[in-house]
Amino acid sequence: MEKKKITEILKEKFPEKIKEISSRFGDETVAIERDFLRGLCVFLMKEPYAYSMLLDLTCVDYMGDDLRFEMVYHLFSISSNERVRIKVRLSDKDLNIQSLTPLWKNANWLEREVYDMFGVRFEGHPYLVRLFMYDGFEGHPLRKDYPLRKRQPIIPMRKKE
Amino acid sequence: MTFRIQKEAKKESMLINMGPSHPAMHGTIRIMLELDGEKVLNAELEVGYLHRGFEKTCEHKTYFNLLPYTDRLNYVSPLINNLGYVMTVEKLLGIEAPERAQFIRVIMSELSRISDHLTALAAMTMECGAFTAFLYYIQAREEIWRVIEQTTGARMTTSYIRIGGVRADLHPEIDPLLDKAIASTRQLLKDCHGLLDKNKIWLNRTRDVAVVNPEMAINYGFTGPCLRASGVSYDVRKAHPYCTYDQVRFEIPLGDNGDNFDRYMVRMKEMEQSLRIIEQSRKKVPLSAPTIIADGIEPVEAIRASRTKKAEAKIILSPNLEGSEKDVYSRLMAKEKKYTIPPKEDTYTNIEGLINHFKFFMKGHGIRPPKGDVYFSVEGGSGEVGYYIVSDGTDKPYRLHLRGPCFHIVAALEEMILGHYVADIIPTFGGLNMIGGELDR
Repeated sequence: MEKKKITEILKEKFPEKIKEISSRFGDETVAIERDFLRGLCVFLMKEPYAYSMLLDLTCVDYMGDDLRFEMVYHLFSISSNERVRIKVRLSDKDLNIQSLTPLWKNANWLEREVYDMFGVRFEGHPYLVRLFMYDGFEGHPLRKDYPLRKRQPIIPMRKKE
Repeated sequence: MTFRIQKEAKKESMLINMGPSHPAMHGTIRIMLELDGEKVLNAELEVGYLHRGFEKTCEHKTYFNLLPYTDRLNYVSPLINNLGYVMTVEKLLGIEAPERAQFIRVIMSELSRISDHLTALAAMTMECGAFTAFLYYIQAREEIWRVIEQTTGARMTTSYIRIGGVRADLHPEIDPLLDKAIASTRQLLKDCHGLLDKNKIWLNRTRDVAVVNPEMAINYGFTGPCLRASGVSYDVRKAHPYCTYDQVRFEIPLGDNGDNFDRYMVRMKEMEQSLRIIEQSRKKVPLSAPTIIADGIEPVEAIRASRTKKAEAKIILSPNLEGSEKDVYSRLMAKEKKYTIPPKEDTYTNIEGLINHFKFFMKGHGIRPPKGDVYFSVEGGSGEVGYYIVSDGTDKPYRLHLRGPCFHIVAALEEMILGHYVADIIPTFGGLNMIGGELDR
């Protein structure tokens, strides 16, 4: 008997929460509702699936769409040697999503990077400040409406305390 | 702005800065420390000093154009970064490099892996005061880089691995240099095992320092030697074999404790395995004879001659195209004409080749993958180098994201050094192999 794909299992288990499943280019992908993210991750983390590693977390800006931003999570299971991709769409007006910091420690920096580059806010993140850009930087550089060669104002020298 | 560490610090403890410009911070990174005497109570890292907008730049470059930017990510193993990017695009396009090109890719990425490990260990040992070992490591790295330079034409910024294959064949005289590099690396491994393995100072500095247990390593997303030092057997080369890694025999060394000593040991053992892979792979790629075109004609003459009838004479190519002559080129590049540059001889002498060349480089044409998104990863020097590419059907990536291995590993440093002494930070930091280009992107 052929082993069932994780995306199909999820579709059967949570039919109303999963918007779409696909396996284009051989990458298993689930698109889910925003509020289900942490619930799904907790479910996937546990046995028998054991997606114990957060491989990557990033964001894509689809400027012009109704739901402009798409969060992309890659999970990896060492025991079954499989990857799964989770996609969550976010609206420009309500840029909030659950933080994964309680589940994975590397989510801390990854989410700070996404906050820095896209301005997505993570609920429950312990220390949401810019990671790569300096304090006082204006805008979010990886958004599509941020020009490639935009100059930033020079920030004033720090005063002696 | 007040940093986290400033808010959390106790009144009586001392706050101190290490870096960003500090001899031990061999990228530019800033570690803020809260100290009680010599003991680290709390730490905070500030990164981004080498941020140069890699991902933003890539969105404005064509798929072919952005290859040189990938050299500059992990600049001690640029070939692996090339490979990761190129194979992600190949996955998107659905093409595969010819077998010979794949073996060359494996040889090149193993050479890069050795140079990566040598650099990491050199930094780590020097920071513990073992300057002799440092010089040995760097000397061996020099031999490796000579081999890389001979074939790719550059020591670090190689851009050698191209979409669909590799740029040129292995150099016809690679054998003596490669033999020497392998021999000197073997000698180095023997010497350094002798110098360090039972050295009391080395053991005291590295044993039980910055221990990372398997749960913590997985939770932080560790990959590569740092994960394997904690005893978790995961290697992309075995787990998701790419190129010809399934045709060679090698082992994955593991550590027990996950301390600095294990990270050192795993890297040392991995180099031995890399040498094994190189030795097996080179047998599969018999060297082609040096192409000496004695009776050839200059490109200008060839173009003139081909106006009236099909040119038969051989063409003398510029020396920087050495190794990509037409007769070897088909074994190095995929056949898909849409995605690869035609051999230069065709561009010069027939209309089809010229149009192919023109279409490839013309704005808005070139490589245009189908719409969709794709993730692919290869095993880099310090872990899984993954690329996530979103294509919108044009010749530029809509979004390109790099999963840099040391991003996840350095993120754990804050926790790893807690409770240790200031002096322990430096070898720990060296053992993680932090590479600014990849971390800050």
